[in-house]
Amino acid sequence: MELDKKTLIDLYTTMLTIRRFEERAHNEWAAGTLFGFVHSYIGQEAIATGVCAHLTKADRIVSNHRGHGHCIAKGADMKKMMAEIYGKKTGYCKGKGGSMHIADFSIGMLGADGIVGAGLPIATGAAIAALLEKKGSIAAVFFGDGACNEGEFHEALNLAGIWKLPLLFVCENNRYGVNTPASYAMSAGDITRIPEAYHIKNKVVYGNDVEVVYKAAEEAIAILRRGEGPFFLECETYRWHKHFLSKALEDLRPKDEIEAWKKRCPVAAFEAKLQQQGVMTRADADAINQKVLAQIEDACRFAVESPYPQPQDALEDVYSA
Amino acid sequence: MREITYEQATLEAIQEEFRRDPKTVHMSTDLPADLQGEFGADRIRVTPIAENNFVGAAIGLAGSGFRTVCNLRMATFGFVALDQFMNHAAKITYMFGGQAKFPILYRMTVGAGISAAAEHSISPYSMYMNVPGLKILLPTTPYDAKGLLKTALRDNNPVISFEHVLLGGMTGEVPEEEYFIPFGQAKMRREGSDVTVVAFAKMVYDALEAAEDLAKEGISVEVIDPRTLAPLDRRTILQSVKKTGRLVVVDEACQTCGVAGEIIASVTSDKDAFGKLKAHPARVSGLDIPIPFSPPMEKFVVPDKAKIVTAVKEVMGR
Repeated sequence: MELDKKTLIDLYTTMLTIRRFEERAHNEWAAGTLFGFVHSYIGQEAIATGVCAHLTKADRIVSNHRGHGHCIAKGADMKKMMAEIYGKKTGYCKGKGGSMHIADFSIGMLGADGIVGAGLPIATGAAIAALLEKKGSIAAVFFGDGACNEGEFHEALNLAGIWKLPLLFVCENNRYGVNTPASYAMSAGDITRIPEAYHIKNKVVYGNDVEVVYKAAEEAIAILRRGEGPFFLECETYRWHKHFLSKALEDLRPKDEIEAWKKRCPVAAFEAKLQQQGVMTRADADAINQKVLAQIEDACRFAVESPYPQPQDALEDVYSA
Repeated sequence: MREITYEQATLEAIQEEFRRDPKTVHMSTDLPADLQGEFGADRIRVTPIAENNFVGAAIGLAGSGFRTVCNLRMATFGFVALDQFMNHAAKITYMFGGQAKFPILYRMTVGAGISAAAEHSISPYSMYMNVPGLKILLPTTPYDAKGLLKTALRDNNPVISFEHVLLGGMTGEVPEEEYFIPFGQAKMRREGSDVTVVAFAKMVYDALEAAEDLAKEGISVEVIDPRTLAPLDRRTILQSVKKTGRLVVVDEACQTCGVAGEIIASVTSDKDAFGKLKAHPARVSGLDIPIPFSPPMEKFVVPDKAKIVTAVKEVMGR
């Protein structure tokens, strides 16, 4: 089925927002404005966008260290995101988490998580909650090919399988765990052989085409909402930048491979397609871009103008009341 | 008053709170038949033996508005789930700026004494004390077990209840009416004036027997049971030591980096308490070796009444 114009434009806008947000974060990092680790989502925007387009606030997601895109796609406030990345008191986590630990429980974003694979068990819990609530809501967990070699990944697949959890496993196969190729690190070879072994329905899609991801996620989520879950969706993709932005960390991936994947840019490809199909004119695209840039400028201004936490604020929030 | 076992007391706490709050889930690797019969298989879930998974699932349930009890059986199995305990359960409230609550009760047994050898016998609570964000219980009596678990089941944080393997079948008085025991309030098990003995879990019973024997020799021992390790009631311990001027800490766990050392440091780094000490503080701890299988060796490596008596006499200068 062809997607309507509003859906297409929304998908484009979300992808572009993630792209521009990550470009800004990258620039701020390069300028020395940011602290700590920033893991860029550039290149993988179509996946968070295509999946989260089907989710409501009642559906819950668990993200990973490369989490900005999932936050934006799930509807997080970019001001609070940027403030958190800047380490400001007005950030989502009051400056206690930073780039790798953004969460917004009010919209069902249960947190980015810095330990590879660790979000999967947590996501099974969110899926048990969805099962018990009996309202047709679901959970989704985003992880990379690297996580597929963790024990927690296998435990989560097994549990989701035996309990028929409404859990969408979204594997963003960007082909590398830091610099180690999946082709070296994974005995199974094709990732979907693993969910197959656990009797979990699965599909592999080209993760740089947002329409493809959107349609695959739509079918998968319908299965989950009917109580026939879980589902494993592998999205083939590539990250443009190093594992995290760093002057010290080397990028050992082949240069020609990186360049080849940059030519398969999910945002540019979709923009060209929409213009070609007459869904969007160049002027429309420019207008969307200006609007997105203005939002990100606002977010950055908010972050810059916000105060840092007081040192003694470190003492708060160890426990809940 | 009626008497029930420690194990029954913990079951009652869970039953009462599960009746009150339908958004509660229990996960364990074996079937708790009493609970599943009453609350159904949806809420009382038997998990595969995959500790990291269900310890983590409890976090996801908590973040989704459910309270979970996870029974890991033995503390040695808890080590399998250390990623979820240490990196997630303990830190998640803080790392996300307190925007969500994580009401979870994890239970596991500790201690030696059943010839289970090293991979099924350990008392690792001080390791968890070193990771802020967890609340830690060490109930001694059936009464405390129920009251502390009731409080844990109303608390909005991850709580770990370490329950000594030899106490589960022990009986004691537990009232029919509802009660709660606040965290961070030590219990004075015996009042005395010469020596403060701080003891935990099963060691409380050994300390009380030692105190009885020592009384016959004219030594008055005060026995304090902290009951919770995080929060730890340092105030009651300091008050007692200021009164007696002597301190012996009895803990079954290995000595190095243990809670006994922490308590002694709390006393010796307190100016008032230090000034009132009449003797060096002493530790009676488990030896720094794995728990051996064979009974003569197992008995040798953990503290007992005789070792406590010796330590008290030593700080008394006798």
